[in-house]
Amino acid sequence: MDAPVSFVLNGKSVTVQSPRDRMLVWVLRDELGLTGTKVGCEAGLCGACTVLVNFEALPSCSTTLGDVAGKSVLTIEGLARGGKLDPVQKAFQDHHAFQCGYCTSGMILTAWAFLKKKPKASRAEIVEAMEGNLCRCGAHVRILEAVESVGKAMGGAR
Amino acid sequence: MKRRSFLQGVGAGALTLFFTGPAGAAPIVPTRPGAYPEDFNAFLKISADGRVGCFVGKTEIGQGAMTVLAMLVAEELELDPAQVDMLMGDTDLCPWDLPTGGSLTMWQTAPVLRGAAAEARAVLLGMASKALGAPVASLALKDGAIWVKSAPKRRTTFGELVKGQKMERHLGKVKPKPLAECTVIGRRVPRKDALPKVTGAAKYAGDLRFPGTLHACVLRPPAHGLVLATADTAAAERVPGVRIVRDGAFLAVLHPQPDTARKALALVKGTFEGTEPDVDDGRIYQYLLDKAAPGQRVVSSRGDLAAGEKRAATVVEGEYRNAYESHATLEPHTSVAKWEEGRMTVWSCTQSPFVLRDEVATALKLGQDKVRIIAQFVGGGFGGKLVGPGAVEAARIAQKIPGVPIQVAWNREEDLFLDGYRPAAVVKIRSGLDAARGGITFWDSIVAGVSQGEAEFPYEMQATRYQAPAVPGLHPLKIGAWRAPNAHTNAFARESQLDALAAKAGVDPVTLRRRLINDARVLRLLDLAVETFGWDPAPGPTGRGIGLACGAWRQGFVVALAEVRVDKSTGKVRAQRFLEAVDVGLVVNPDGARQQVEGAITMCIGQALSEEIRFKGGRILDKNFDTYLLPRFSAIPRIQVVFPDNPGMPTQGIGEPPVVPVAAALANAVFDATGARVTQVPFTPERVLEALKRVPAK
Repeated sequence: MDAPVSFVLNGKSVTVQSPRDRMLVWVLRDELGLTGTKVGCEAGLCGACTVLVNFEALPSCSTTLGDVAGKSVLTIEGLARGGKLDPVQKAFQDHHAFQCGYCTSGMILTAWAFLKKKPKASRAEIVEAMEGNLCRCGAHVRILEAVESVGKAMGGAR
Repeated sequence: MKRRSFLQGVGAGALTLFFTGPAGAAPIVPTRPGAYPEDFNAFLKISADGRVGCFVGKTEIGQGAMTVLAMLVAEELELDPAQVDMLMGDTDLCPWDLPTGGSLTMWQTAPVLRGAAAEARAVLLGMASKALGAPVASLALKDGAIWVKSAPKRRTTFGELVKGQKMERHLGKVKPKPLAECTVIGRRVPRKDALPKVTGAAKYAGDLRFPGTLHACVLRPPAHGLVLATADTAAAERVPGVRIVRDGAFLAVLHPQPDTARKALALVKGTFEGTEPDVDDGRIYQYLLDKAAPGQRVVSSRGDLAAGEKRAATVVEGEYRNAYESHATLEPHTSVAKWEEGRMTVWSCTQSPFVLRDEVATALKLGQDKVRIIAQFVGGGFGGKLVGPGAVEAARIAQKIPGVPIQVAWNREEDLFLDGYRPAAVVKIRSGLDAARGGITFWDSIVAGVSQGEAEFPYEMQATRYQAPAVPGLHPLKIGAWRAPNAHTNAFARESQLDALAAKAGVDPVTLRRRLINDARVLRLLDLAVETFGWDPAPGPTGRGIGLACGAWRQGFVVALAEVRVDKSTGKVRAQRFLEAVDVGLVVNPDGARQQVEGAITMCIGQALSEEIRFKGGRILDKNFDTYLLPRFSAIPRIQVVFPDNPGMPTQGIGEPPVVPVAAALANAVFDATGARVTQVPFTPERVLEALKRVPAK
């Protein structure tokens, strides 16, 4: 049996007993009960399972538990603080930047990581940043508006 | 938001109110399948504290039914939609309803629900009148309180009046409020599902966490037409915790962990027998024509085609095709089933709780009353979740293991393999235009693969014939209803054909439509679209890359205008700008309706440009999103949506109509840009290059 793996999840230290090669998405959903991270393709093609590892957006379906040992993992459940939505969540809520909602966690976290790096982004840069995330309902135009609005509020966006 | 409702108490507060009923709750009014109940208590319950619960057999698939239905209840009862708790898609608690598809919610369910709320309002006012000793006309109503207008201190509340009981008085049909008095309809209302969806709290079927759940992975044949013959499960069974369920050709590997179940399934060695269909994605169109041709069947016929052809100055013969296309919902089919005390409960991602109940009951040979479906948030439907084969699989396994919840969550490969696709189809049209370029003298159409559904549009045509051979088992692959079924195939053919006629006759495509449209409402819609988008009349191809197409779904009409750029060296089409003018009658939730239109346009950019199920025999070659190409952010044009003011017409529903003309508008824009007519959906870069080769040199 592998040695337990510790990492910081949504600001709290956790230790899990799963094998190191178990995919993070299953550790989160199955072992830790955090189901906001969705399973869409299991191949890193759709972005539904995106989480932040040391603030970098990664597909948790293609990231192993071993990969995040000692690192910080942020999931959609960890974004709101003290009952207050994160500005990116709020923008998605206000713009109705979703329909079925299945891609939404991944969209929000991808946008969050991008805005942290580059709040002053152009529309073309936002498009490029979001390109790896699929939305089947066609909420794209609103997602772009939502992300742009957060950038603007952060004093960014041209 | 403070929630104190009768629906409270399950799960994490405000976010889980819908779909989670009070434990042991029974329907207040028994309902009969196949008919809406006449008693408004079946739809509405007022709790002791005055909150209003609304029970509907529809599901929230992203289309916003939860919000717009709450708006109607709020309208009649003078509440804010946030004060209405929605409980949807539970066959034990909700009154029978039709599937959540076909744009039926606003067309069929909404008037019934609004009528129920109107009657409840009248009953509540009557009760208040008695309690307050004042005539109904003297009462005012707002936010769950009723008071005497001239003496506001003489007041009561819904909760005090009803005390959580069923309301016994009935008034029959009560007219809803006149539109002039409506304050909720037409307003931008926050989506009720926004908070759970942006926080990750929304529960989809795969998110339910029942202790002791076993995850089941079903062994699939490598190709359609094949079934399991023998299976060696020895290696899989050596994985600790694995259980095998075998029932004839059905074999599933079960494990408490979903990923371990999947890995163990890969250890099963199966042999398969049967015959694959002898066709592939290239030969499918001739296959359909060959199989369908002997069964020619005239659906409708009017006027003298031969005489019409003689009058024609311009004749065009066209053949239009579309490939099999997957629903490809981002949430693959997922269900959890539990067999307990002779009753099957299935939590599922379904568009049709009541149809699924019958599907499960039939498959398991159970009485309808022995099955309960509890719909969850659905991660996209588009017609793909009108049926629930995965739910039936879960139930089948659950019946063998009483008391243990069984989850069946298809992976992407299974979802693409087992989906009921939008049918591949071929439409052949021969038609002619008179010398004045204002009249279609004849229109002769035959379709193989789909029906002639919505093939006609309010265009004046002198002689028409529509044929659709009905051949049972025509398709080699499983087909299903895909958002605006038949209609989008037929609109692609019709609108491409009209565009070709216009170009050949040298007439501007908008001008031709203006001359043909014989319905004042559609003509106004065309004008609205053209004025908003901007259009300088000129016969195509103009090089501008602008295309027009019209579409219908029931009495909902759409005019679409597309602007594209075509890279002639690669054949790649990029939609730059897309407008739809949509007339579906009264728009109850303008922002929700707009979302549906934006979504349809976006989705159908994939339909038109990239989505195609490739297959060889029974093998589906597309196994994931690396080859099955959904539109990504870089493919999305600037989108404009306009609704004409048409409050006098009942709401027609908005899910399907905006889908109908998208591919045709894009194809016509490609023609306008290049002079090349693309006749096969999707028009991939390869097909565009082929079409460009056929353009005669000037």
